Amino acid sequence: MSEIPLVSELRAKFGEGIIDVNLEAIDEWVEVTPGVLVEVCQYLKEAEGFRFDMCNSITVVDYLHTDPKKAAKVDWDPHLELVYHLSSIATKLTLVLKVKIPRWKNGVEGDLPGVPSVAGVWSTADWHEREAYDLSGVNFLGHPHLKRILCPDDWEGHPLRKDYEMPLEYHGIRGR
Amino acid sequence: MATSKIDDPRVIEFDVRTDEMLINMGPQHPSTHGVLRLVLRTDGEVVSDVEPHLGYLHRCAEKIGENLTARQWIPYTDRMDYLAAMNMNLGWSLVIEKMLEYDLPERGRHLRVIISEMGRIASHLVAMGTYGLDLGSFTPFLYGFREREKILNLFEEACGARLTYSYLTPGGATADLPAGWTDKCRQFLAEFKEVVPELHTLLTTNSIFVSRTAGIGVMSAKMAIDYGCTGPVLRGSGVYHDLRFHGEERYTEMYEGYVFDVICADPETGKYPESNYEFHGDSLDYPEIPRQAILGDCWHRFYVRMLEVVQSVRLIEQAIEKYEATSGDWGKPIKLVQKLPAKEAYMETEAPRGQMGFYVVGNGDSIPWRVRARSSSFCNLSVTAPLCQGILLADIPAIVGSLDVVMGEIDR
Repeated sequence: MSEIPLVSELRAKFGEGIIDVNLEAIDEWVEVTPGVLVEVCQYLKEAEGFRFDMCNSITVVDYLHTDPKKAAKVDWDPHLELVYHLSSIATKLTLVLKVKIPRWKNGVEGDLPGVPSVAGVWSTADWHEREAYDLSGVNFLGHPHLKRILCPDDWEGHPLRKDYEMPLEYHGIRGR
Repeated sequence: MATSKIDDPRVIEFDVRTDEMLINMGPQHPSTHGVLRLVLRTDGEVVSDVEPHLGYLHRCAEKIGENLTARQWIPYTDRMDYLAAMNMNLGWSLVIEKMLEYDLPERGRHLRVIISEMGRIASHLVAMGTYGLDLGSFTPFLYGFREREKILNLFEEACGARLTYSYLTPGGATADLPAGWTDKCRQFLAEFKEVVPELHTLLTTNSIFVSRTAGIGVMSAKMAIDYGCTGPVLRGSGVYHDLRFHGEERYTEMYEGYVFDVICADPETGKYPESNYEFHGDSLDYPEIPRQAILGDCWHRFYVRMLEVVQSVRLIEQAIEKYEATSGDWGKPIKLVQKLPAKEAYMETEAPRGQMGFYVVGNGDSIPWRVRARSSSFCNLSVTAPLCQGILLADIPAIVGSLDVVMGEIDR
């Protein structure tokens, strides 16, 4: 329950930037706008009493049903959700930050959506963001060298997108 | 290129310009622990830049997880850190149990402590042996594998497999330990305790080993945290953090009532805490820390693993007692097509190589909407580039080896 002062601090400091808070979830999470993400992270890392010095993982969840029948049944519009799992070695707290972004920039298919990079806050975010870019297709703005990390450089598409299709062939190797 | 005319030969000596050279190390290099490729930018013997290239073992296990049920994905976790597959099984099992709010019977908890600590010993033995190999010493490898073989025999008896176990599952384990297993395990521990001082004589204070590792690849505590390093790599830099003590309640309660130490040097004095553990009736005398060693260097990362092995022995001894004192159910696996609630859960456990995290998002179906594996080796490896700047070429295997990475887990 130590997260509650944290939420009020965040609300006081960032106001409109904090979109949603869920303290009933298995892991309490806070949703912020992409605009304040870096400032929130910087604050969480440095604020006395919280000190989230460790960024454990950065995950992108793709919310899209490729089946129109299933898509009609859900109450969300297609979007990407970035999930930042933070923890603190100093205070042993944990927190989940969420950011929602559209699946494509300005709705143009193939144009990767952007979100500010937090590689300047935690060095470990560098590789996590490269992985998220590689597998889920998110453009991290301000990242020092955003390029693929697990897939080859000439790989096409982003495999963890729900509408991804495995290529038929790659350099003469059969795909499907 | 020196093109100017110089009369004095001594001037030439200082004027010789060498070209920068790009060297490919790996992906088939024996000291890169699998298929890691390092592109080194060198000037003579001095390395100015290292860029790791990963992905040679990438099979997008996370995407596969979006097409299988929680229990069906267990074998894929085996193939992540294949040197500590039991600990990978445990991490995934715990996150699914957290999501389902399932509480394991007490007997199952002790069983898991026995199995996961045995896995830690086996993994650290390989770490020790291959680190010796990296630095040109073959003997520790044989000694390490000889002991590991005995653990694998025990694992084989418990679950039928020697490398990819799929033994611990969400809900408990696939089977209870067979009759007479704990006696064999006790026998192993008694033998292993004799061997630990022997293992220390091979490398720990060996002067060649010390000069190859002490003072090399020094990582400050701040840097280790910033790069997300965990496990022995983090504790080798003097950060007192072990999820078995400091993790989530669901994980720490597994170790409730157990007595063991977190192996971590005091950053002030550089000394490791005195162990009060009775080893052969008297306390084990660990080898002295060589004076060349600096907190956070390769030698300390190695030493932390060597001491952790003893703590694991200590834990298993207690766990066997507790396991035998409890009777009843050890926890049956959940249904193969168990539906997952529309919730999400994240959990990290202390695997031998660091904090292994699993994240799962459910949508009411038995197949998860998204699974994610946060790999400890992945984060530990990300520190190589800053650590390897300005060092000698021959120190690269020493640094990469001390991080003890497993590529199966990095590439997933």
